[in-house]
Amino acid sequence: MSELEDFAKRAAEAAAAAGASDAEAWAEGGRSREVRVHAGEVESLTEASGRGVGVRAWIGTRTGYAYGTDLSDGGLKELAEAAVGAARVADEDESAAPPEPSGEAEEIPGLRDEGVASTETADVIELAKRIEGVALDRDPRVTGVEEVVYVDEDSEAAIATSRGVTGAFGASAAYSFLQAMATEDSEVQTGLGFGVARAPRELDTNEIGAEAGDEASSMLGATKPDSRTCPVVLSDRVAASFAGFVGGALSADEVQRGRSPFADRLGEPLASTALRIADDGTDPGGLASAPFDGEGTPRGRTPLLTDGKLLAYLHDSYTARRGGATSTGNASRASYRSPPSVSPSNLMIEPGELSFEGLLEQAEDGVYVTEVAGLHSGVNPVTGRYSVGATGKAIRGGELGEPLREFTIAGDLLSTLAAVQAVGSQARWVPFGGSVHSAPILVAEMAIGGS
Amino acid sequence: MSEPLVDAELAGRVLERALARGGDFAELFCEDRRGFALSIDESRIERPQFGSERGAGIRVIEGEVTRLAHVDGLAEDDLMRAADGLASALDGDATEPVALEPAASPELQEIDVDPAAVPAERKAEVLRELDERARSADPEVAQASASYSEGRRQVAIFNSEGLRASDDRTRVRLGVQVVARQNGTVETGFETLGEHRGFELLDGDPARIADQAARKAIALLGADPAPAGETTVVVGKGFGGVLFHEMTGHGLEADAVQKGASVYANRMGEKVAESLLNAYDDGTMPHEWGTGAVDDEGTPSHKTAVIQEGRLTSYLYDRLRARRDGTDSTGNGRRASFRDLPIPRMTNTYIEPGDADPEAIISEVDKGFYAVSFGGGQVEPATGDFVFGVSEGYLIEGGKVTKPCRGATLIGNCLQALARIDAVGSDFEMKTGFCGKSGQTAPVGTGQGHVRIRGMTVGGTAV
Repeated sequence: MSELEDFAKRAAEAAAAAGASDAEAWAEGGRSREVRVHAGEVESLTEASGRGVGVRAWIGTRTGYAYGTDLSDGGLKELAEAAVGAARVADEDESAAPPEPSGEAEEIPGLRDEGVASTETADVIELAKRIEGVALDRDPRVTGVEEVVYVDEDSEAAIATSRGVTGAFGASAAYSFLQAMATEDSEVQTGLGFGVARAPRELDTNEIGAEAGDEASSMLGATKPDSRTCPVVLSDRVAASFAGFVGGALSADEVQRGRSPFADRLGEPLASTALRIADDGTDPGGLASAPFDGEGTPRGRTPLLTDGKLLAYLHDSYTARRGGATSTGNASRASYRSPPSVSPSNLMIEPGELSFEGLLEQAEDGVYVTEVAGLHSGVNPVTGRYSVGATGKAIRGGELGEPLREFTIAGDLLSTLAAVQAVGSQARWVPFGGSVHSAPILVAEMAIGGS
Repeated sequence: MSEPLVDAELAGRVLERALARGGDFAELFCEDRRGFALSIDESRIERPQFGSERGAGIRVIEGEVTRLAHVDGLAEDDLMRAADGLASALDGDATEPVALEPAASPELQEIDVDPAAVPAERKAEVLRELDERARSADPEVAQASASYSEGRRQVAIFNSEGLRASDDRTRVRLGVQVVARQNGTVETGFETLGEHRGFELLDGDPARIADQAARKAIALLGADPAPAGETTVVVGKGFGGVLFHEMTGHGLEADAVQKGASVYANRMGEKVAESLLNAYDDGTMPHEWGTGAVDDEGTPSHKTAVIQEGRLTSYLYDRLRARRDGTDSTGNGRRASFRDLPIPRMTNTYIEPGDADPEAIISEVDKGFYAVSFGGGQVEPATGDFVFGVSEGYLIEGGKVTKPCRGATLIGNCLQALARIDAVGSDFEMKTGFCGKSGQTAPVGTGQGHVRIRGMTVGGTAV
């Protein structure tokens, strides 16, 4: 048994001893490293290790939670008592029984790559510097990079419950992003580049740097488009944000509480047949993948939208019990600091047939949206309506035209899903809207707000 | 603070070890944070949650390079190991830290009732009150949910220049969301109440925010889609101040400025707004959400004038960026926790009340848009482009507030929009917010009276 498994087991036992009728403990530990590079120099370097545990305690059908970082016997006792004390405040909820996971959690190959632990800090500093260099070399008008951020982590998680559920797994991640700035006269434009992987060697420094540099320089001279309704191609980044919006609203918790535009729509044809989205917590490439979810249920694959039909909601044990369904293994935890709640794992947008150029040709005359801003305030997950700031390029005669900025795209989610005309054939992992395997999407009609 | 988090003698030894192989500056930041949160949903009290964490971040700066190591817990062995790890990255001669100053007592906000000492049942009662008020506000209210949170952050800061400082911050906050439904139309309303204060914040009638949230949702039920296009915009008081926070505040943070990643770089002393505009960042405002005795580098909180009569008068600095510009920190070095590096952040940012009558600000507009409140906003300081989601908005027609609009977004460019502010109301209100930057979240206050902007783009669905 690993040290973390032991902490989890002792924390769950302490909660039972403190008066919990049932208890579940989730422990996490690991190392992380962050490098920030600017103008060819290291700006900051953070190296850290840490661990902590969160305890969910039940008293009958009342649930409470507590977390802490003091893993001594005294610390765990205090934590357990806090969780039990919290449970006493909660109201009875007949669906709030402890989870009883069914099925075997299967190991996912490649989740933890030795490359993170074995790569020297000096080497990841070089990697970050290379990314900056690539961005700067793309175009003489790329005048600077705000900073290149490189992060990697090597972590472990363990669960133990009073009903005998135990498990542990390790995972690694390495990612990098940067914002390049291009300048011409007094105008400044920015461009973002990123890459996500399991180990530093899997990050393509050329691709990451080039994406940022090219986007920044190609945005120079951008103007505001006219307000109108027209075909829109969403970049894979923007499509990922939309997928995240869909995935969040498909949480059975929101559905059951009457706060989702998808409520009471199961089995209905509500999206375009061109769009297929699934939740998959087992794909080795997805950073949200794990053998089991935040309450020990095996992760799995759940088709959400297929042939235009809404096939499923995402469940944890609570919503499954409440809705007479089975948990889809979507109890997620941001960390040991929060109790599990329903959310997507990795969202997979199934790639279509058309190349990016093919999408532009089909759009013929419209707007290519490369980036959106203001998602946290511009998207209403309850009503499904959205209105967000956007930047992008004009599409003229089926080809990319001049750069556009300072406009909005607005609509409602269900109409947008129905208006999807095609999905592009090139997909990649995008860390926006959660963890999304995303591809560009052509929407037949969207409202553009400009001048 | 009842008991020091770390003994000064130990802190001194940690700093010495961190500088054992050179470095210009070392700092030990210790923190103890505990909190409790609770919510009500479907009239059921749920998600009671306690949290406690303790740890330290040690920082060594050498030239332009900052190194940070952080540890959970404050055990001597762990602190020394972290300090040694930092020192091992250098290979020079030891730098001698300046002897630590005697402890000064921080000017703390008065906390009458420690929220941690209030029984959780009392907090549940407050939430039940909110729930009942929201549900009884109108027959169209279909859903209500509310949350309570309290947090206490004790920090102790020691650095190699002899600084020794501490702070003890207690914050309490309520939030309520109401969903209204009518003939298949769904609308939401949200309201908050929060301060750097004890449980006495909830004396009186805290459930009034449930009425306010319900009123917003109900008002929107009869709303038309927002128009798209350029128009005159009147921004409401209070959380309307998030507009200034985004379109100016972020661009004044010295990290962005020094990298040329802000449209306000190289504009110090320039006229960027009409003479009627005065604005401040003020971490000393009694009981406000972004207030503290010191920042997270131990610099006493400041009131910094950032715009005076339309002229840009100051950027917002932490120690590192102040040193680079040969100036003093403005007390804006904030960190989300001991796990994060301090960066320049706003505290409470606001536009000073002007002399315009708030009603006249609206009645002078023939055709425009009234953005009463926002869901939030975002800016790209390098280009100055910003976007705000309007949570409650109305048309202005013939000098009168007429139809409610749904789904509006305001977009624009900082410098242009700032220069187009042509009226600042004499009314004033502060509101709470959470600001995200570089992956760190910080409590910030925003405020203003009614403000009018001539010419801004409203993005809506009615094209």
